[in-house]
This record gives sequence, structure tokens and C-alpha cells, in this order.
Amino acid sequence: MNIIEGSQENFEKEVLRANVPVLVDFNASWCPPCRALHPTLEAMAADSDDYKIVTVDVDSEKALAASYDISSIPCLIVFKDGVETDRRIGLQPRKRLEKMLGVR
Amino acid sequence: MYDVIIIGGGPAGLTAAIYARRANLKTLVLEATACGGQIIITPDIENYPAAMHISGLDFASRLESQANELGAEIKFEEVSGINDRGVEKDVFTDSNTYVGKTVIIATGTNARKLGLPGEEALVGHGVSYCATCDGSFYRGRVVAVNGGGNTALEDALFLSNIAEKVYLIHRRDQFRGDAEVVEKVKAKENIELILNSQVTKLNYDNKLNSIEVTDKDGNKQNLDIGCLFIAIGRTPATKAFANNIKMLDEGYIDGEYCHTNIPGIFVAGDCRNKEVRQLVTAASDGALAVHEVLKLLNN
Repeated sequence: MNIIEGSQENFEKEVLRANVPVLVDFNASWCPPCRALHPTLEAMAADSDDYKIVTVDVDSEKALAASYDISSIPCLIVFKDGVETDRRIGLQPRKRLEKMLGVR
Repeated sequence: MYDVIIIGGGPAGLTAAIYARRANLKTLVLEATACGGQIIITPDIENYPAAMHISGLDFASRLESQANELGAEIKFEEVSGINDRGVEKDVFTDSNTYVGKTVIIATGTNARKLGLPGEEALVGHGVSYCATCDGSFYRGRVVAVNGGGNTALEDALFLSNIAEKVYLIHRRDQFRGDAEVVEKVKAKENIELILNSQVTKLNYDNKLNSIEVTDKDGNKQNLDIGCLFIAIGRTPATKAFANNIKMLDEGYIDGEYCHTNIPGIFVAGDCRNKEVRQLVTAASDGALAVHEVLKLLNN
């Protein structure tokens, strides 16, 4: 599966009503660890259909980021059945992200 | 079996990988998250010979490309420990075990914590260890930086262009950073220096509201701030090796010529006990460690 670009418009459909766990990556183009994390997310998205990966740019999606109280990035939030189940800030190893999603 | 397994894909580890591959060693680099390590978050590197100006992220990606191009294998797995079996060493990760004739520990350092109640829970809610990541969330607000080295000074400068005002809190009256950066900080009108002082309390509900600062005479003041950026130094990321590698109390691995107490296991970069921790000395350690690896393998 490809990474999905999240926005206020599609967040409900792609994240909150998804039928698989979703990892949402709140990020920005100027944030170095966010950019460093991106290849990991791309590889994860390409490797599995058991979860979805959604990225949200905190600059173009200010209201969405504010509604999840984001003030430190990269901020990685896992949603299952529309509910936030885990949240971590900063670069994470792939295995930890998979553990957050509950797929290993 | 690998000739050398390098733990950590920062400047020390990847320089070691470059030297190891040029010596034709079968080389594995194990990196937990992303290549580059601490240098990733540096906006502009100004002290690496001949590189002039380059962002830490670009530097890291060039280093990774160079190691890849020379044929080093880089895997993204977190190392949990090493087992020494004499001529062979096992390296355990979160998903595999790798065997090498030699190992270079180049795991670098992590940001030091203040150790105050609430600090951990407030990360993302008014406490940050990365000004370049989180500064932009505090545009036009009042923030504070704690620390007196180059990182703290650079953070204060970076934030002074975004925030309305920056308090720079340092426990001594002199900064440890480069004179040039100190001058730049002192010239900034919206940076207020609070010297001989420490952050002694975080006041918060579900986010940080203010900090208590205490000076050396015991006088306390409260500062209302949006975010506290902590840059009070680093601690070595060597916990995974504590059961078999000898280290100093703080966790730095002590060894002349990048040796450890175990033959065939070497140490390079910021996690090694030394006086100067810079990009250039990390690279230097990488080269030196491989030189010692080669001496051992050729004997």
C-alpha cells in the first residue's frame, strides 16, 4: 500500500473509519528527523497491507494538527477503530512502530 | 560471517564502514532508526573541513550514500547486546543475531534529561530536546533554552528568529560554546541571559505553564513560557553493552586507540571517553577503529 496524505477532508474516512490499524505521522518539511523517518514509513507501507500509514503536514493542516494537540514532531499516533491507542514523539525504530500497530 | 559489524550509523560508524569497505572487509552497519545520528538535527554544519555549509541531514545522507556505494550493508535494526565467543562475536538485534569477527560500537549519545518531575510526560507538551523540530510551534511566544554549550547557544539563536523572546538559562557564568556563537547570542536583543541558575521545577497541568529557576544564592523566580528546550549535554547510548564492556560511571567506554576491554570489540565516536566530541573527531575515530580492526584480522 502507498502512504496516504492525510488532511482535514479525508481524515475521518482514511483514519477514523479505517478497518485496519492506522499509523499517522504528523510531520513538516523543515523538520530533519521527520525527513529522516520518511524512508522507514515508505518501506513499511510497501511491505504490508495489515495497516495503513497516513502522513499529515502540520503546516498545511494546522487545524487538524491542533485538534490532536501536536507541538512536537515527528509525532506518531496509532488509531484503531477510530480511537488513539498509542503515541510517540521522535525518530523510532521500525520494529517499535510495528509493535505500536500491534502487527508483531 | 562479517569481518566487522558496526553498531550505529552516525558519522563515526559510517566513516568506519567507508574505511572497512575500502579495505575489502565484509561490513555490516546496524542502525536503529535513521543514518546520521545526532548530526541530523543540526541545521548548518560550519566546522567540518572543506564542507563549508551543509545541513546535518544532507551530510548524513551523503555519508549513507558513500557507505552504500562502497558496498557496506546497512540494516535498520536496534541492537540489544553483544556476546563475545573469542574469535567470533554475536550481535543481537530486535529481530536477528549476526556473527562477526570484530565489532565496532559507535552508538553515540542521547540528550541528557534534567531529571525533574513531569519532564518525560511533558515532551510534546512544552518540553523539547529538538529546537529545529519544535521551534516553529512557538512562533511569537516566549520560550526558554537550558544549557551552555554550542547546542544550547545555537538553539537560542535559532529560536530567537521565531519566538518573541528567548530566555537562555545556564548554571555557570561562562558559556562552553565557541566564542563566535557566544558573541552572536549576546548581540541578539530578544535573548535574555539568566546565568548562574538552574531550572528547578516544571509547573504544569496537562502542558507546561512555567518553570522555576533558582540562582546560585538560592533566589527563585518563575518564568511563564510556552516551551523549555533542554540542551544540557548528552549521555552515552551504551546501556546495551553494560554487562560485558567496561565503561566509566557515566557510561562512556574508555579505551586508547578505540580498544575496549574485549579483544576484537572496538569503540568509536561520541560514546568513547575523550575530550573533544565533534563531527571531525567522530570521523577520525571511525578510521582509527578500522585501522585497529585490520591489525587484529591480519595477525
